[in-house]
Amino acid sequence: MGGVRVLVGTRKGAFILNSDGRREKWSIDGPYFGGWEIYHLNASPVDPKRIYASQSNAWFGQIIQRSNDGGATWTPVGNEFNYASGTGTHQWYDGTARPWEFSRIWHLEPGLDNPDHVWAGAQDAALFFSGDGATSWEEVSGLRNHVTGSEWQPGAGGLCLHTIQLDPSREGRILVAISAAGVFRSDDNGTTWKPKNQGLSSEYIPDPDAEIGHCVHRIAQHPLAPEVLFMQKHWDVMRSDDAGDSWYEISGNLPSDFGFVVDVHAHDPETIYVVPIKSDAEHYPPEGRLRVYRSRTGGGEWEALTAGLPQQDYYHNVLREAMAVDDLDPCGIYFGTTGGQVYASSNEGDSWIEIAENLPAVLSVEVQSL
Amino acid sequence: MTVRIRLPAPLRTLAQVNGDIHVDLGPEPTISELFEALEASYPMLRGTIRDGTTLQRRPFVRFFACEEDFSHLPPDTALPLEVTRGEEAFVVLGAIAGGS
Repeated sequence: MGGVRVLVGTRKGAFILNSDGRREKWSIDGPYFGGWEIYHLNASPVDPKRIYASQSNAWFGQIIQRSNDGGATWTPVGNEFNYASGTGTHQWYDGTARPWEFSRIWHLEPGLDNPDHVWAGAQDAALFFSGDGATSWEEVSGLRNHVTGSEWQPGAGGLCLHTIQLDPSREGRILVAISAAGVFRSDDNGTTWKPKNQGLSSEYIPDPDAEIGHCVHRIAQHPLAPEVLFMQKHWDVMRSDDAGDSWYEISGNLPSDFGFVVDVHAHDPETIYVVPIKSDAEHYPPEGRLRVYRSRTGGGEWEALTAGLPQQDYYHNVLREAMAVDDLDPCGIYFGTTGGQVYASSNEGDSWIEIAENLPAVLSVEVQSL
Repeated sequence: MTVRIRLPAPLRTLAQVNGDIHVDLGPEPTISELFEALEASYPMLRGTIRDGTTLQRRPFVRFFACEEDFSHLPPDTALPLEVTRGEEAFVVLGAIAGGS
């Protein structure tokens, strides 16, 4: 039985949690890069020892770290994220034009078949690619050059590109999500892009059905059914059966359809998980009860999963990158909170244990089945 | 001549050094030459003190030496004699903030 490695990014460093395949007893290593914000750590699917980390803070900017030994040691690599020239401005909160400016990397997505390939999602929203193990970066400028780029506005967290989905069944298909511009897809490896927001409805923009402007929080995809996408939007849980060409709502009986995370069971593309949050103004679970909701029908019908989770006076959030699944059998589910807890379930969500109690606020969680 | 540079703790960790950093500079060195030498010896610091492209000081970084603030002086400003003689360190630090 293999082991499990959980990669946790927090406001004040990175932590690596390890367990054997039973997933009952856990060790915590770290902090790595103490004092720095670690927005994301992510491992190569073809070389589990290759891990990339996004390290940043407001004082000293952006660092990218790379490990070739499963996180035991790290090397700072390329941190020059230069926007391609001539791309103008986007809209600021007040509607004025603002020049594009790099501030941080939110998401790192290693390539599906080469550990030296890695994609990076930036704030201000841009997509970067490295083909040399993150030593150098080049902007995939077709995205920001889209005709709507000058109209993109930031959400409260900034104009960030936070989701990158690579389609394992169709070479060259990339789907990204931007807060608060929406979903964009390329079918030619990033050269050209189209908005993929048909069916989304957002009451916080002047035209709720507009082509862009939707605050997408997270999109999950199952590798066995990559045409099917699940989205946690600012409000609404959504589904697409055609790789984003159209979306429909699957919020069903959730106590709140506001939230940040969504993920898919490793072995069943129709089993999905969300953590409802009370509202956009109250970023904590409804009724102070931390509940994961599971749908075994691909949405619409949801059941609360509460065993082992605090059911009173709980007022922390679960941020967009902070849920992941392993591919052991039964499937393991993991999530981290802004209160510094990391919870794990080794039985598809039926029950949970706290595998870290007092970390800094958790920004991201990824899992490796070893 | 050899000058001493004192980095804030996050950058010492990044550069994997414990104390002050010593770099060799030519005669009559400037602030800009100090950072060029520092980044040549410690390339992981590129972009953390000065913007990697514009070479402008990052907004929340400050430069002090001999109880004077060098943060807003032009990059071609000469380093003070006490720094060039090794008597004083050139201090890089993060601007004070409560933060989160």
